[in-house]
Amino acid sequence: MRLAGKGLIDRNSPIRFSFDGSEIAGYRGDSVASAFLASGRKLIARSFKYHRPRGVMGVGSEEANALITVGSGGETDPNVRATMQEIYDGLEVRSQNRWPSLGFDILAANDLAASFLTAGFYYKTFMWPRAFWEKLYEPVIRRSAGLGKLSGEAGQDRYESAFAFCDVLVIGSGPAGLMAALAAGRSGATVILAEEDNMFGGRLNGDTTSIDGKPGHIWAREVCDALAGMENVRLMPRTAVVGAYDHGTYGALERVGHHLSPTSNVPLECFWRIVAKRTVLAAGAIERPIAFRDNDRPGIMTAGAVRTYVNRYGVAPGQSVTIFCNNDSAYDTARDLTDAGVSVSAIVDSRADGPDFADAEVIRGAVVMGTQGRKALRSATIKTSAGPRQIATDSLAMSGGWNPTVHLTCHLNGRPTWNAEKQCFVPTAGAVPGLVAAGACNGEMTTLGALREGLAAAHVCLDALGLIPAPVSLPQADHAAYRQSPLWTVPGKGRAWLDFQNDVTVKDVQQAARENFVSVEHMKRYTTQGMAPDQGKNSNVAALAVLADATGRGIPETGTTTFRPPFVPVSIAAMGAGGRGKGLLPQRFTTSHDVSVAADAPMDESGLWYRPAYFPIAGETTWRQSCDREVTMVREVVGVCDVSTLGKIDVQGKDAGPFLDLVYSNMMSTVKAGRVRYGLMLREDGHVMDDGTVARLADDHFVITTTTAAAGQVMRHLEFVLQCLHPQMDVSLISTTEQWAQFSVAGPKSRTLLAELLGLDLSNEVFPFMSCRDLEVGGVTGRLFRISFSGELAYEIAVPARYGESLFTRLLEAARTYGGGPYGMEALNVLRIEKGFITHSEIDGRVTAADCGMAGLISKKKDCIGKRMSARPGLSGAHRMQMVGLRSVEATQTINAGSHIFAPSAEITPANDIGYVTSNCFSPALAAHIALGFVVNGTERLGETVLCHDPIRGVSTRCTIAHPVQFDPTGDRGRV
Amino acid sequence: MRIRCPLCGERDRREYYYQGDALALNRPDADTSDHEWDDYVHNRINPVGQTRDLWQHSGGCGAWLIVSRDTVSHEVFSVELAKARQEGTQ
Repeated sequence: MRLAGKGLIDRNSPIRFSFDGSEIAGYRGDSVASAFLASGRKLIARSFKYHRPRGVMGVGSEEANALITVGSGGETDPNVRATMQEIYDGLEVRSQNRWPSLGFDILAANDLAASFLTAGFYYKTFMWPRAFWEKLYEPVIRRSAGLGKLSGEAGQDRYESAFAFCDVLVIGSGPAGLMAALAAGRSGATVILAEEDNMFGGRLNGDTTSIDGKPGHIWAREVCDALAGMENVRLMPRTAVVGAYDHGTYGALERVGHHLSPTSNVPLECFWRIVAKRTVLAAGAIERPIAFRDNDRPGIMTAGAVRTYVNRYGVAPGQSVTIFCNNDSAYDTARDLTDAGVSVSAIVDSRADGPDFADAEVIRGAVVMGTQGRKALRSATIKTSAGPRQIATDSLAMSGGWNPTVHLTCHLNGRPTWNAEKQCFVPTAGAVPGLVAAGACNGEMTTLGALREGLAAAHVCLDALGLIPAPVSLPQADHAAYRQSPLWTVPGKGRAWLDFQNDVTVKDVQQAARENFVSVEHMKRYTTQGMAPDQGKNSNVAALAVLADATGRGIPETGTTTFRPPFVPVSIAAMGAGGRGKGLLPQRFTTSHDVSVAADAPMDESGLWYRPAYFPIAGETTWRQSCDREVTMVREVVGVCDVSTLGKIDVQGKDAGPFLDLVYSNMMSTVKAGRVRYGLMLREDGHVMDDGTVARLADDHFVITTTTAAAGQVMRHLEFVLQCLHPQMDVSLISTTEQWAQFSVAGPKSRTLLAELLGLDLSNEVFPFMSCRDLEVGGVTGRLFRISFSGELAYEIAVPARYGESLFTRLLEAARTYGGGPYGMEALNVLRIEKGFITHSEIDGRVTAADCGMAGLISKKKDCIGKRMSARPGLSGAHRMQMVGLRSVEATQTINAGSHIFAPSAEITPANDIGYVTSNCFSPALAAHIALGFVVNGTERLGETVLCHDPIRGVSTRCTIAHPVQFDPTGDRGRV
Repeated sequence: MRIRCPLCGERDRREYYYQGDALALNRPDADTSDHEWDDYVHNRINPVGQTRDLWQHSGGCGAWLIVSRDTVSHEVFSVELAKARQEGTQ
């Protein structure tokens, strides 16, 4: 029911939205909860386990009952708190965890079986038979107990993430937060004021307290206006700070688009990482419910929430409200209700010394024993000193005191401190370095006290930052002491809820204690009290008090559960914003990418790189046809292949030669300018790290290549050796992988092609095998290397990347005039397997130089990384698996990579495993299926027959062990 | 977590590559015993409390850094350039 003349909503902006298909009217500024209550409805949800009818209980993110589903299809958002969802025209809301409807829910039958469904029920009941758990019990339980459901469709909503930096982060914008932000902002600090609500002011918007003679919410708005005018202050509404992390880093979730129509072009949420030099925590406090019998009926709310619905939203939660409290703050609710013309039936105060109240009966020393009304509260039973009484009431406002919102101070493993006087946990100073707590979250419950602590906290921060505080005077405000007397539960029969969201009652906690789950962490897990998404905002302290009572300990001795991030649920989509699809794995394209794609080449992924697999021509229907043709083309004519993805590192300096001697196993300082040498790189533990070529362009200038996969690792390794082991060396390193486009031109016609294109004499005499030089091509300075990864006469030509596509196109045109063309990764792989050239399929981190037949590449004349450890006993010798070639005995039978190798007569058991296959292909030149692999003492077993067994694909292939170089073993073709 | 690169300033830990114990700086001579080489390459303690680690500012300047920090409190005590430290000791 809407109250005339009350509230901060915009009555000139009516809004309509739907709830379970029926239309509800509200105003701009309403939440789903406030509009729902204004419409006179009570039942909004069904509870987790017992499917009990539930209504709105709170007013902020602590809401435990009113969970709703927003949106439909891929944009479905389950478990949204109705108190946090702002309404807009067209908003679609559905109730959840009910069937067939919210009003009639079949599974409400669970409530009748409640005496069986207590803590540990599932653990005890569904023990046997074990096989039934996964197939029968769990699906049934999951269907009956639960919250909202995901749509199962891929979400289309947009999410973002961002970093922000400030001197002072202020979390919360009640009186303490606003005061801190104002003082810090006026003093010149860069300030971020993060407020979870859509409105700044905190409780000032829900209360009628005044500051400097003005209504609190007016004062808050004026301070906000002043802050908005400061360039050094950033106001972030709808932003919940969800986690405190090391060194002033905070995670925060901004609800950017939840209050706007899905058609608006903004992201739904933004996940912020805020880095603050200092932080003021002014997160306020959350009101405690009281555990009495049937305290979960629709119409029972916290007193502070009732106050906020009246004052901020202009909504009366009922026509006749009963107050049940153990403290003075609930009297504000009674006063605000009567001021608004809402009848207060009685104030039930558990204390004998409750204050006077003129407009309603105060029943002192009394408690609510129980309530009646199935889908909405009808009456309450009161236990008074004069005996039980029945009060007809449709709304009950309860207050068991306030819990400071200490959550963030526990995120770095800090534990809050029990304050016996205030009967609450307060933050432990220094629990989060650089963070100062102020106001209600620090246990200071008066408005004046909050303002004073906010100002003081700002001064602590300014002092640490070396800033001089600008004069900001402390406003006048209410400072009535916070009086309360502890009341956690009302003893008696029946169920009294502690954790409304997880349906955990006082009995459950007591039962946990009886069954010896006396540690608070065990109790929590046994009963599910304080589990997600609520995380015990309402219930943790009360459950702790019950456990303490049941185990005969005090609250501080019983301890606390750990408050972990996030403070409110954060969608994975927000935390991983930018990491979906291509955002997770950015694509790296070579300069020839577009030309290759235009030629219909399918792309292979290699790390982040995309490389053409093969270039199909008319009539080819399988990749093998294309691959075989390309291999033959290179062997017989000429082919062009983009090899730019190989890592390229430019090494310069006086000591470049000696430096390369250290990082390569073989000697590099003796390479002459204009020459290239193959190089092997070891890890310090003696295993092979990578291989590549070392080209010396000038005495003090080398260019080395790495494999595509290891480019980053090698660069980091070289930087390590240089900076950490040999800082005195005059060497500079820079990765130039992306700066140069490089193409292999391979095949018997490659020399003629390039000599013609470049106008150079490339004869063996002038430019022999393993040479390098600068060149001019089309007016651009590039580089030419005579190196070969195919075994053919071959060159690699490099130009600055921006000319890559143009050069690739010209090379292809030239190749085609000879009957050649492009070749892809499949052909490149065949060519290198035929030649026994290794890749990371072979050097997988477990093999040594000796295993690859390259023991001779570890120079005896110098030290190198990995030399000492490669000489360890066990890293070479006949017991090792050594690299060999393999050839299928049956011409038509493939050898599968990953196969394990056995003697032909041996039983297929791990004990008889003598090796494995690393790479395989069909060799057109040899007309055979061939492979590379590692076999125990392989170099001594050439000619032997073995079985390559692939149990996954069910293929066993008889193979002959061959020398790794199966094609052109003398290497003449590359040297012609 | 924040680390102050001496060259670039304070940055988020996502910009850094973590390597491990800074004893990797003390590469033994080739003629040192197997035992010492084994310690250098393989053996690491995993202390509760203060550690001295090598990090690289891989998302920034590429400098290798020696970072002293506490594995419990996560406090960073000092960050220095490995190159400068090693030049000083050689």
